[in-house]
Amino acid sequence: MNSRLSVRAKVALYGALCLLALPFVFPTWWMVTSSVKPVGDIFAFPPSLIPTEASLSAYRRVFELQPFAQQYFNSGYIAAVVTIGTLAVSSLAGYAFARIRFRGQQVLFVVVLVGLLIPSEVTIVPLFRMFNSWGMVDTHWPLILVPILGAPSVLATFIMRQFFITLPAELEEAARVDGLGRFATFWRIALPLARPALGAVAIFTFLHSWNLYLEPIVFLSTPEKFTLPQALTQFVDAYGGPMWDVQLSAASMTAIPILVIFVIAQRQFIEGLAHTGLKG
Amino acid sequence: MSVLTRDTVGRAGDRSAPGGAAPHRRGWWTTRRRDQLAGLLFVAPQLAGSVLFVLIPLGLVFWYSLHEWNVLAGTFEFVGPGNYQAMADDPNLPSVLRVTALFSIGLVAFNLSLALLLAVLLNQRLRGTVVFRTLFFSPVVVSLVAWTIVWGFLLQDNGGVNGALGVAGVDGPNWLRGDWTALLSVIVVQVVKNVGLNMVLFLAALQGVPAELYEAARVEGANAWTRFRRITVPLISPTILLTSIITVVGSLQVFAQIAVLTQGGPGTSTTVLVYYLYQRAFQFHQFGYGATLSVLLFLIVLVLTVVQWRMRRKWVFHEQ
Repeated sequence: MNSRLSVRAKVALYGALCLLALPFVFPTWWMVTSSVKPVGDIFAFPPSLIPTEASLSAYRRVFELQPFAQQYFNSGYIAAVVTIGTLAVSSLAGYAFARIRFRGQQVLFVVVLVGLLIPSEVTIVPLFRMFNSWGMVDTHWPLILVPILGAPSVLATFIMRQFFITLPAELEEAARVDGLGRFATFWRIALPLARPALGAVAIFTFLHSWNLYLEPIVFLSTPEKFTLPQALTQFVDAYGGPMWDVQLSAASMTAIPILVIFVIAQRQFIEGLAHTGLKG
Repeated sequence: MSVLTRDTVGRAGDRSAPGGAAPHRRGWWTTRRRDQLAGLLFVAPQLAGSVLFVLIPLGLVFWYSLHEWNVLAGTFEFVGPGNYQAMADDPNLPSVLRVTALFSIGLVAFNLSLALLLAVLLNQRLRGTVVFRTLFFSPVVVSLVAWTIVWGFLLQDNGGVNGALGVAGVDGPNWLRGDWTALLSVIVVQVVKNVGLNMVLFLAALQGVPAELYEAARVEGANAWTRFRRITVPLISPTILLTSIITVVGSLQVFAQIAVLTQGGPGTSTTVLVYYLYQRAFQFHQFGYGATLSVLLFLIVLVLTVVQWRMRRKWVFHEQ
């Protein structure tokens, strides 16, 4: 397959790739360009690929219609806390399952792994009731505690364990002979070596939290507490129809920062996400 | 997921390492005892979380499914198999299961074939494949709801897709309002969003296929299609199985796309099981029945996982 290609084959390949790339690239382009078009032009025929006049009025209305800055902050801080918490929980557990010998290890590992087999949609009803009885409905606690400690972090723990198993044990053994305790060995020797795995876990955890939709709409009811995905769908007119220009502006503001980070660090993203085998 | 790898816990050989020389022995407080404590403390947060947020809720789902529980009316009473009887009599359920199956099969087939096609194209000796890889992958990092909103906008009757078709002289349908076009739309939107992940996995697998095999086949006179079918597919079959497991389970969890694009409609033509569960529990406040549907979802995922696990075993045998 890797033999040299003729010029004609190359042209055909580039043509096929460009054509196939359209549905992947065009929606983002259309989202951003439509968001600055005057409302009347949004559904113009024939559609114009480049807006003739730009207006930011829809962006202004995003902030007038909803506490969008607050919602942006909510999504950001929840995703940050969840990411840091997951890194702590999963690296500790992953290290212990890979490196420390203790009684009950195998049973406990299987108990934890059950979380990988259970889609979070299965447990949403009882989780709602549990958080309801703790007075935590319409707070951010369910969106923070469940991802850090529950099923989503199990995948992270599994990835960390797989990584620590591949680390050569000699480094740690030398440190332990020098009298370093378990935690110090973990913290000073193993963790710095685990940076690639930690990066991968951080990326998919952040994206997972940033994209969460079912849990916010189940648990939150006050607009000031909404997260971004939930807020995006709330820009509707009096008849419940979407206000497209405002929705597209809000969607652009949600999507673009992550896309920019992705373009800068695309290798880490692609390799990190692919190696963790995220769900489709 | 690589949960399915054969070594489950650690390596057996490790056991002798700490006990062997035992330089740390200080009376009762031996290395072994300290390791026991450290191990338990290290896994404690994850273990407590798994019990509290996974195992207990899983048990409660079964328990609630035996109850009639209406939040609005404030009632919670034991009805035994009542909800299961209701499920058997539910006139919507056959349609929901049919839509779920169609959606999953369509999504998995389309996702895997497109991912493989893209990976094969990107595996050619060509400048700029990294750029295309980035482009094909980029929807994975776009916020799911933002992505769905844009596609909802594009798929309006007078939206961008029909606009482009109109320029080409084709009169496009009202995608989200027709029964089968709505289902097709949701599948396409979801595949384009996530196919990049499977594409990257396939690409890595393709790069592991030795080039000599292709050369040998070429000498034997095998054409491109034969080489693909007889060499590529068998050699990357473990990856095909891995991606299909991930994609099948993922396809059963699709919720936001349907909630935003179609709300399960028109009629019930895009109401998959997860969306139906959400409707009954959180819109109609029938939590008992919602829990019963959760049990059904759990059993479906469990059966599919076990079936695929078995297939994996067979596959591993073939590898050896």
